[in-house]
Amino acid sequence: MVYVPPQEVEDVHLHDPDTFMTKYIWSQDHKVIAVQYSLTAIAVGLVALVLSLMMRLQLGWPGVFDFIDPESYYQFVTMHGMIMVIYLLTALFLGGFGNYLIPLMLGARDMVFPFLNMLSYWVYLLSVIVLMSSYFVPGGPTGAGWTLYPPQAILQGTPGADWGIVTMLASLALFIVAFTMGGLNYVTTVLQARTRGMTLMRMPLSIWGIFVATILGLLAFPALLVSAVMLLLDKLVGTSFFMPAIVSMGEQLDYSGGSPILFQHLFWFFGHPEVYIVALPAFGLVSDLLSTHARKNIFGYRMMVWAIVAIGGLSFVVWAHHMYVSGMNPYFGFFFATTTLIIAVPTALKVYNWTLTLWRGNIRLNVPMLFAIGFIVTFTNGGLTGLFLGNVIVDIPLSDTYFVVAHFHMVMGVSPIMVVFGSIYHWYPKVTGRMLDDRLGRFHFWVTFLGTYAIYFPMHYLGFIGVPRRYYAYEDFDFIPESAITLNENISIAALVVGAVQLVFLYNLVISYRRGKLAGSNPWEATTLEWQTPQTPPAHGNWGDTLPVVYRWAYDYSVPGAAKDFLPQNQPPSDDAPVQEEDNLGFDSTDPASGGGTREDA
Amino acid sequence: MSILDKPWMAERSAIDNAVSGGSLNFPKARVALIFLMAVITVLFMLFSVAYKMRMELADWRALADPSVLWINTGFLILSSVAMQWAVSSARKGKAENVKLGMALGGAFALAFLIGQYMAWLQLRAAGFYAAGNPANAFFYLITAMHGLHMLGGLVAWTRSTARLWRGNDVADVKLGVELCATYWHFLLVVWLGLFAMLIST
Amino acid sequence: MAIVIVLVLMAVGSVLFHIWTPWWFTEVASNWGAIDELIVFTFAITGFVFVAVVLFTAYAIYKFRYKEDRRADYEPENKKLEFWLTVVTAIGVMALLAPGLAVWADFVTVPEGAEEFEVVGEQWNWTFRFPGADGKLGTADVANITYDNPFGMNADDPNGQDDVLIEDYEVHLPIGSPIKVLLRSKDVLHDFWVPQFRAKMDLVPGLESHFWFTPTREGTFDLLCAELCGVGHYTMRGKVTIESEEAFKAWLAAYPTYAETVPAPSDTGGGAASGQ
Repeated sequence: MVYVPPQEVEDVHLHDPDTFMTKYIWSQDHKVIAVQYSLTAIAVGLVALVLSLMMRLQLGWPGVFDFIDPESYYQFVTMHGMIMVIYLLTALFLGGFGNYLIPLMLGARDMVFPFLNMLSYWVYLLSVIVLMSSYFVPGGPTGAGWTLYPPQAILQGTPGADWGIVTMLASLALFIVAFTMGGLNYVTTVLQARTRGMTLMRMPLSIWGIFVATILGLLAFPALLVSAVMLLLDKLVGTSFFMPAIVSMGEQLDYSGGSPILFQHLFWFFGHPEVYIVALPAFGLVSDLLSTHARKNIFGYRMMVWAIVAIGGLSFVVWAHHMYVSGMNPYFGFFFATTTLIIAVPTALKVYNWTLTLWRGNIRLNVPMLFAIGFIVTFTNGGLTGLFLGNVIVDIPLSDTYFVVAHFHMVMGVSPIMVVFGSIYHWYPKVTGRMLDDRLGRFHFWVTFLGTYAIYFPMHYLGFIGVPRRYYAYEDFDFIPESAITLNENISIAALVVGAVQLVFLYNLVISYRRGKLAGSNPWEATTLEWQTPQTPPAHGNWGDTLPVVYRWAYDYSVPGAAKDFLPQNQPPSDDAPVQEEDNLGFDSTDPASGGGTREDA
Repeated sequence: MSILDKPWMAERSAIDNAVSGGSLNFPKARVALIFLMAVITVLFMLFSVAYKMRMELADWRALADPSVLWINTGFLILSSVAMQWAVSSARKGKAENVKLGMALGGAFALAFLIGQYMAWLQLRAAGFYAAGNPANAFFYLITAMHGLHMLGGLVAWTRSTARLWRGNDVADVKLGVELCATYWHFLLVVWLGLFAMLIST
Repeated sequence: MAIVIVLVLMAVGSVLFHIWTPWWFTEVASNWGAIDELIVFTFAITGFVFVAVVLFTAYAIYKFRYKEDRRADYEPENKKLEFWLTVVTAIGVMALLAPGLAVWADFVTVPEGAEEFEVVGEQWNWTFRFPGADGKLGTADVANITYDNPFGMNADDPNGQDDVLIEDYEVHLPIGSPIKVLLRSKDVLHDFWVPQFRAKMDLVPGLESHFWFTPTREGTFDLLCAELCGVGHYTMRGKVTIESEEAFKAWLAAYPTYAETVPAPSDTGGGAASGQ
């Protein structure tokens, strides 16, 4: 193997740890920071999971659990949503997977600013602590819904309107600071610290997804900061940015003239890109899982890259599709419905390319692959229901019903979580040196996959009836049949089962750390650089004395004429490891009849 | 290299193998600064959009902009000029001039911040409270946000200046000085935009 | 191979669930039946795509399951296939969007001569106002609201004197003619929604929003708030009764006009009833 001296790439000043504290607590090693980010995100995610189960208890058996009163129900709704979207998924995909994979997949020794990276984690942890402190302030956390719409969010009549909303907004501001520090790091590392031969178009799609999502985050989070700061001033100083003249509980308030819709525009200008901040890394990671375990290159790599970039760009011009019934100028509906449906095209192409990657592959049905397949199903389902809600007039009866709840949980709850699980099963061997237990993993997959489908698929039909979301109880409605209440009960049972099974996953994470089968450096026979490190788990600095040199793209699986069915990116060309000479070896160009009948083009 | 390349092809491979170094021909700290400035630009653009949208509503009463703002703007320009002088001195290797330029740049920036605070005091004395009218509230909010970014710049400035005073070689501090100057010019441009918006309404 | 069987069962089961579901739309009671048709149409297209993707995936997994002695194809891309997939998808999307925008154009265009009435929301009650004999609603403002003037009526506006004020959780509307619903809120966001009408719209404090519909079926329907409005959100309920013009007029006549409420501060008949 040929190496070049590390001077080829601007050297990173590594902070060499010598004590336990500097190695595991105040660490500047991206791998340790990645694990810190991931564990914190999973811990706070567990809190949000428990909150969702509490909601399901109330919805399934209303009135039976009398510790769940309306105040606490709305607090569960709010904290569950905010934690899952921001503090779990955003932090886990970018702070966790981004931190771990960017330097390793690109052949770098670390992030370019290790100190800033460490600071990013600690500010993130602080934001989580401030968020959790909501439970210990007078009145408890805010119950305004994760969208925090004013005037409601800061008025009496909403739980936590005195303190909870303030801790929430402060925590968000801290999170944004943490994210910006991390994000500058990720972007700069991707652009400037790739090893020799690692061009942008040779990067694995995981990195493309994380890279574009980070740029989206950097440009979108300011909108959340602006709305949070202005809302905080309305609350604490008495300004009227968003607050019109109001009579609350029979009393004239000192506000006048503000615009609640202005807040909604700012919030969703952040909020919609946020969906893709979660989705794009998931798209990238799942592409790599599918390709590796199907032993086949990702189909249409260039299209996949273009689609990621196009979706990222378009995500900034669709925000008001969350506001079709907000009372904004109705003519905006034409524009935003059109842009929203346009974004469906690159998204659909990604789905086709994932399934076409399986076609004529050599598919190993291990646990990461099962989760990746689960992702294809749930994402397709959730993506297609987006065509209902994006199409402005169809959204009118469905908005604010359980159809919306089912849609966004399927598309940005279940499917990213499928990728999170698949990715953890996939990369755990690199992080710890040991495999996760396969049988526990399969059990975890089956219950999670079937259970979540059982929860969310029927939920769409509650939405068709017109069952409104964010209701503590549904008493004496003429239009809701008795059977819908039974359905709610069944959904709650499924949710409790799925929730409980996550304990198996946690048990697996813990038990395999000591007792798991030794993994070796490349258990999945993957091509990307993180599997070619001299040590597993990779040592501080990742690559020993010399950086790897990249000779091929990330997807040289089953190359014709090669001795093995995978060629690592740092494998130089040779007779046993050729590089592709001809263009278009695709099945359709040589054999147009095959596979044509079952394509999903519709 | 572009996103049209077919990275799996042999002809492409030979070219790609030779590629090394960053995508942008800048030091990594400058790349990060470029992105940071993009983030800050978006932040202030959003404040401006919110300002314009809020302005359209009926209860907007323009405030009397304190005249001290003109002097502050002068300070900020001088600060930028001094920083630029420090950069060109650093390129020529004149250590004493770099020190002087940085010191002046920092001093003028501080003067700007004090002046902004004076503007607040004047407004308060004239009875323009934040809760009184959204025009007042936006004035305090936008100047405060800009001032906070200036303060952040002064933290970076302190690091570079301290290294200069500790006697580090000019070549070692050159990048830090250049980045400070870039950020200073950027905040000047942002301020000119905000100032124009504030006085024109 | 369990996954193959499960995927096939999921595709088939989802379709069967859809066919046999007891949970479906309420019977429509307004002119917006076109939305139901659009939803059924969208279901046909998206359902086909979902089943096709899942079945294709299942078949691929079955046919190309791991075998020691086999190699996967090497296939970085296929321009022709990707091009046609793009075209077909774009056509499918346009087929959904075009009729959607056409119906939306109807939705945003209020017919000439639509009867107006006003909905005023507060935490957590509905109240209503009709224009009275002159057919014009008087101006009103949150700033005017007092205990005796819960609608915030402008006392100097002649148009407002004959406005009928309904402080009750039930409202009646005449069948058959287009109605423009004007929406105002005293405090926070609310959303006026009757599932059978299909249409809904937020009430936004500080501005007046609106939507329109034509009632087409007599009956009494649940009115609910569809925008989270605080801890009592789920209790913000009402009723809408659709009836003949004559019955509606008789019902309306029982409520006081604004002018009638002014001189006598004590309640004149509407009562201070509330949803819950």
